[in-house]
Amino acid sequence: MVKSPEEEHPQKAFGWAARDPSGTLSPFHFSRRENGDEDVTVKILYCGVCHSDLHSVKNEWGITRYPIVPGHEIVGIVIQLGNNVKKFKMGDRVGVGVLVGSCKTCETCQQDLENYCPSMIFTYNSTSQDGTRTYGGYSDIVVVDQRYVLRIPDNMPLDAGAPLLCAGITVYSPMKYYGMTEPGKHLGVAGLGGLGHVAVKLGKAFGLKVTVISTSPNKEDEAINKLGADCFLVSTNPEKVQAALGTMDYIIDTVSAIHSLGPLLAMLKLNGKLITVGLPDKPLELPIFPLVMGRKLIGGSDIGGIKETQEMLDFCAKHNITADIELIQMDYINTAMKRLSKSDVKYRFVIDVANSLSQ
Amino acid sequence: MAKSAEQEHPTKAFGWAATDTSGVLSPFKFSRRETGEKDVRFKVLYCGICHSDLHMAKNDWGTSTYPIVPGHEIVGIVTEVGSKVGKFKVGDRVGVECMVGACHSCDSCDNDLENYCPKMVFTYSAPYHDGTTTYGGYSDVMVAEERYVVRIPDNLPLDAGAPLLCAGITVYSPLQHFGLTKPGMHIGVVGLGGLGHVAVKFAKGFGVKVTVISTSPSKKKEAIEHLGADYFLVSRDPDQMQAAMGTMDGIIDTVSAVHPLLPLIGLLKSQGKLVMVGAPNRPLELPVFPLIMGRKVVAGSCIGGMKETQEMIDFAGKHNITADVEVIPMDYVNTAMERLEKADVRYRFVIDIGNTLKSA
Repeated sequence: MVKSPEEEHPQKAFGWAARDPSGTLSPFHFSRRENGDEDVTVKILYCGVCHSDLHSVKNEWGITRYPIVPGHEIVGIVIQLGNNVKKFKMGDRVGVGVLVGSCKTCETCQQDLENYCPSMIFTYNSTSQDGTRTYGGYSDIVVVDQRYVLRIPDNMPLDAGAPLLCAGITVYSPMKYYGMTEPGKHLGVAGLGGLGHVAVKLGKAFGLKVTVISTSPNKEDEAINKLGADCFLVSTNPEKVQAALGTMDYIIDTVSAIHSLGPLLAMLKLNGKLITVGLPDKPLELPIFPLVMGRKLIGGSDIGGIKETQEMLDFCAKHNITADIELIQMDYINTAMKRLSKSDVKYRFVIDVANSLSQ
Repeated sequence: MAKSAEQEHPTKAFGWAATDTSGVLSPFKFSRRETGEKDVRFKVLYCGICHSDLHMAKNDWGTSTYPIVPGHEIVGIVTEVGSKVGKFKVGDRVGVECMVGACHSCDSCDNDLENYCPKMVFTYSAPYHDGTTTYGGYSDVMVAEERYVVRIPDNLPLDAGAPLLCAGITVYSPLQHFGLTKPGMHIGVVGLGGLGHVAVKFAKGFGVKVTVISTSPSKKKEAIEHLGADYFLVSRDPDQMQAAMGTMDGIIDTVSAVHPLLPLIGLLKSQGKLVMVGAPNRPLELPVFPLIMGRKVVAGSCIGGMKETQEMIDFAGKHNITADVEVIPMDYVNTAMERLEKADVRYRFVIDIGNTLKSA
């Protein structure tokens, strides 16, 4: 007989879950596995609210199994160590991102690209190797194989560092892979939300000129004066778009709403790269002529491997890069989700789990 | 008063031109410039018929200037060279491809990528530096600046070598640029026409495994036995496509009709690259999820620079790669265009200019 979420594992756990496609979250009792030899148990202090959490609780991608405990920007403190764990010690400040497992033996795993492993296990809404479902960070504890645990650098605040575990690596990885880091080059960042604002900060840290491309004119002041972008263009303004044609070496497209790729491609120089990291729920229109005539490319990227995630955290700590966050209580989460669906947040909600998740 | 095509230049020339969007070609008298100090003049012996010639003759892209003398896979024998020409002499076997000019001062030109120069001049139907319109290779004589002339290796037959000047470079350039030439890689070629069949030959020349992806099962035997492809996938067969998912490092897509990208993206391995060299005239649907989940790329490529074109043709000479051609007389050209529209050719028509283009 199938055990309930409360009974399937030996350690009690508590969190908030969505139980149906309304996406409304509410208190949920479940359980975590015993801490095995390779495992680390983390007392969760903060968890970022990623737009993927919203897509998932509402089953917008059609792959959600309820009940679902979202949250894959998890930070906290080590409270238990398995016998084989040497990398961490009790009390270490650690994080868990989007992945908690992979096959470890395929070519991609061996290249430290667990994020492209065909057997990759997501932090929530996935099936673990033992057949049980994974539950994410809107909860009090999590037990994770040490391979998938990150160290949070000492000088990085935990709350503002949490979103880097998904938003940060999601833009850092393609910036490195597609060579978008040559000082002096021109980066466009389409969309100024959780991903976009971190991309601006990373772009400046790499020494790039950064232009934000957005549909919201009211984001300009902050983009330039707070985030450090060099230019801001409103993509629905034809004159501004015209002036930007053929000026960018690369563009990171963080927008998950349906949008036209034509204007973005046109803003690229010859050999320019448009990298898409947003996840629209329908295909986008791709005009082929501009790709052919300018030898341009459009590429995708999905988070990053664990080694690269650690590298990203260390890079951010060195450059004092964190996310801009709005810290919320656990019971604010449903309101936060509604605001997130209207992009009403600058730029990431982070749940103060330790201080507000109470049974 | 604007001079007529016959009078605008000092030396007589003769060819076949389309005069309206019907695309029907007929005899046409015009003229070529004198051989300038950097120019190479050659007697045209053969000219390949590229699908672009058909599009341009009918003004499908809205950029044609009539009368239009198509042809950008032009080969022949040098008859005169300008005083500053160092690379060629009279009697050399040479060719001209899709371009006859560029600005020579931009980044692209400085990097031997004249094909991406914003001021690149097409071999036909384009405004040249002197204000006249360029005329292509369906003609008896060609004059081009030395920079835009390539030497045809001695061992390559001129007729079967001509299509390499467009079809060849169009597939060779992206195979190289996108790193799809490492022995042991698995490359897909979508579409088995003028571009596709040459892509198979070049890919095999690089030592990669090649799968042809086609809608026509009837092309399988020839793809495998004659062109040397390792496998053949019928893209309309879901079982065959499913079995090949995630197996290819790269795919060269030569199809210019509108077609779905999702199955092709699915054929790529993680980090694989789908390179478009055909240019459908409407946007295609791009499914973003599979691109992201596999860190895959969709890219485009357009012919190649002159240095690369010479490199390509030398590679072809070394590996005995030529196009499969049907040589036709000049006056067959309209029928050839009709057949080309129905993809009824294996795999390129080449006009025997030297023997069949007769002035009126």
